Amino acid sequence: MSDEIKTTVRTFVVENFLFGDDSQPLASDLSFIDNDLIDSTGILELVGFLEERFAITVADADIVPANLDTIDRIAGFIARKQAA
Amino acid sequence: MCGIAGYCGGTLSPERGADYLRRMVATLRHRGPDGEGTLLRTEAGLAHRRLAIVGLADGAQPMASENGALAVAFNGEIYNYVELREDLIARGHRFHTQSDTEVLLALFARNGVDCLADLNGDFAFAIHDEASRTLVLARDRMGVRPLYYAEHEGALFFASEIKALLALPGMTAEIDPLALDQIFTLWFPIPPRTAFRGIRELPPGHLMTVRDGRIAIRPWWQASFPDHRETTTPRPPHDRTEELRALLADATRLRLRADVPVGAYLSGGLDSSFIAALAAETAPHDLRTFSLTFDSAEHDESGWQRKMAATLGVTSESVACDAQAIAALFPETMRHVESPVLRTAPVPLHLLSSRVRESGMKAVLTGEGADELFAGYDIFREARVRRFCGRQPGSTRRPLLFQRLYPYLPGLKQQSPEYLARFFATGSETFDDPLYSHRPRFRSTAAAKLFFSAGLRREIGDYDATAELAERLPADFSRWHPLHQAQYLETAFLLPGYILSSQGDRVMMANGVEGRFPFLDPRVVDFAAALPPEAKLCGLREKHILKQAAHGLVPAEIVNRPKQPYRAPDSEAFTAPAAAAWLDTALSPERLAETGLFNPPAVAKLKDKVIRGQATGFRDNAAFIGILSTELLRDAFAAQSTQHSAQTGMG
Repeated sequence: MSDEIKTTVRTFVVENFLFGDDSQPLASDLSFIDNDLIDSTGILELVGFLEERFAITVADADIVPANLDTIDRIAGFIARKQAA
Repeated sequence: MCGIAGYCGGTLSPERGADYLRRMVATLRHRGPDGEGTLLRTEAGLAHRRLAIVGLADGAQPMASENGALAVAFNGEIYNYVELREDLIARGHRFHTQSDTEVLLALFARNGVDCLADLNGDFAFAIHDEASRTLVLARDRMGVRPLYYAEHEGALFFASEIKALLALPGMTAEIDPLALDQIFTLWFPIPPRTAFRGIRELPPGHLMTVRDGRIAIRPWWQASFPDHRETTTPRPPHDRTEELRALLADATRLRLRADVPVGAYLSGGLDSSFIAALAAETAPHDLRTFSLTFDSAEHDESGWQRKMAATLGVTSESVACDAQAIAALFPETMRHVESPVLRTAPVPLHLLSSRVRESGMKAVLTGEGADELFAGYDIFREARVRRFCGRQPGSTRRPLLFQRLYPYLPGLKQQSPEYLARFFATGSETFDDPLYSHRPRFRSTAAAKLFFSAGLRREIGDYDATAELAERLPADFSRWHPLHQAQYLETAFLLPGYILSSQGDRVMMANGVEGRFPFLDPRVVDFAAALPPEAKLCGLREKHILKQAAHGLVPAEIVNRPKQPYRAPDSEAFTAPAAAAWLDTALSPERLAETGLFNPPAVAKLKDKVIRGQATGFRDNAAFIGILSTELLRDAFAAQSTQHSAQTGMG
């Protein structure tokens, strides 16, 4: 399940923020902010995608780097949300 | 205010020299629709297109001194020419015309390049001295008037615009990879580099001497700020405010000097309102103002414009600009801008100057320069908040101040303090970085380089535009207050490299309209630099002293309204269903592959995102406009080269 989530999120990030550029592998622990993959608008695009794709609700308080700054963290965040 | 071109050195025959002058000056017709002149000298040639504003009857150029030794081609205005002329007459000089050009010649004959310090004006000129076989090129302090050059066929060629140099047989329009890297990081090319290989810009405040085939370039003026560790006794704030108001009134009075009426741009903000108010007090004719309106509420300031025009009782004209107009005019604007840009903001200003010209006017005052000199831009406040956060990196409350800085950016409203702190890089370890104030901007802009092709990346290699910028900073930069360091970066680089060029001279002169900038009067510039930082940025209140000086002249609501930066619809201008028909051609995979600068599949995805109206972030917008403007630029000048080849073939 977790691998599926990671694959789905990775595909979204590569398509939407890297515009299909998969020449460099997108490691699961790569920081989106430190590597300039996502700006402040991009975070909201990402949240919108996660809510629709995984049928979860993301509260304002959830929008923190600890939940969303890497593929690993997103996968964990979604798993927690879906388990709740 | 005009266009100039010329050459020096080499072994050009008189016939070829005359032909090259004609080719160059023909491309500058828009800068000077009122007349044309060329002058061949022994080793040099000067050409001029005239926009007649001062000395209408007797100011034709190129102009030679009485004994014929000196000849000048001059673009711009010397606003204090009346005082300089009187002083020279008192010293026994006899004038034959009423023009400021003759004053420049007389001053140069007397003092050589030292005369530059006496000039209060915006200028780019070439003076050839037949006796010493020397050509001098010089450019004003702030970079209002442009001047480009290239070495070609063993000679030095110069012109007001790049297109004039590209008109020379054998010159080709090739985008410079490092310039593209600079623009996609800093928003401007670092002078003398331009967007085109082999074409250089004489930096603002610099002069060039050409003699015996040798070229020497040196600064004659540089922006500077006081050492912030030296304590001085501050003057009473009231005295300073009064002095500023008097200086601005005089700077405006000088810039109303013309033999034609001078109008004013009115944005609805503090700066242009202040200048329009000062002009309305002293203009020898009824002042006419010109404003841009937008149909999108986030860009429109028409309510404020109407209020200010009504307060002044002036005749005001408005030009409505919308997304379709921006898309339609973008290619034409790029032919004038001559440099890749990351925003569409030059386009509406092109439209506005067109209206000025249609109204029969040739010169307008604007409020440009106030945001740089008096710390009006958000980037100054942002840097202060970042330092505030950096002093307590664990604070979860301090980063919330970023939301107050950018109330017009809805994306930030929904961000947690943790994200805000990360986006604005509030770590304290970088406090000593000379580019501290601009790092977030440079970093978020550079993210747009994602679209560079593999070939372009190889050419750029490990080049770092920010490192080159840091190397160009003055020796005493580290001794300035952090606010002054940030102001220097804006004033010395972005102001001439984008604001005064892409949003200024190029889009005004595209329609033969001269911009005049009272805030850039050297007396105002010196006054502002010497002010203590808190007089400009008082807490987070920007342009503090300017707001105080404007009281009584500008309605309080305009003085105190939140700053609204001038922006225009960027990628929204290209959203379906109104997407411009030419977009598919300009960004076709074949065209992109031929140009070789950008990655076609990635650009195709970005274009789709734009057309769907989903490219809402800073990076996507900057990248899209940057890519599109680069491709249009290449098209425009490749076409010129082709046309030129055809002409040569026919000849």
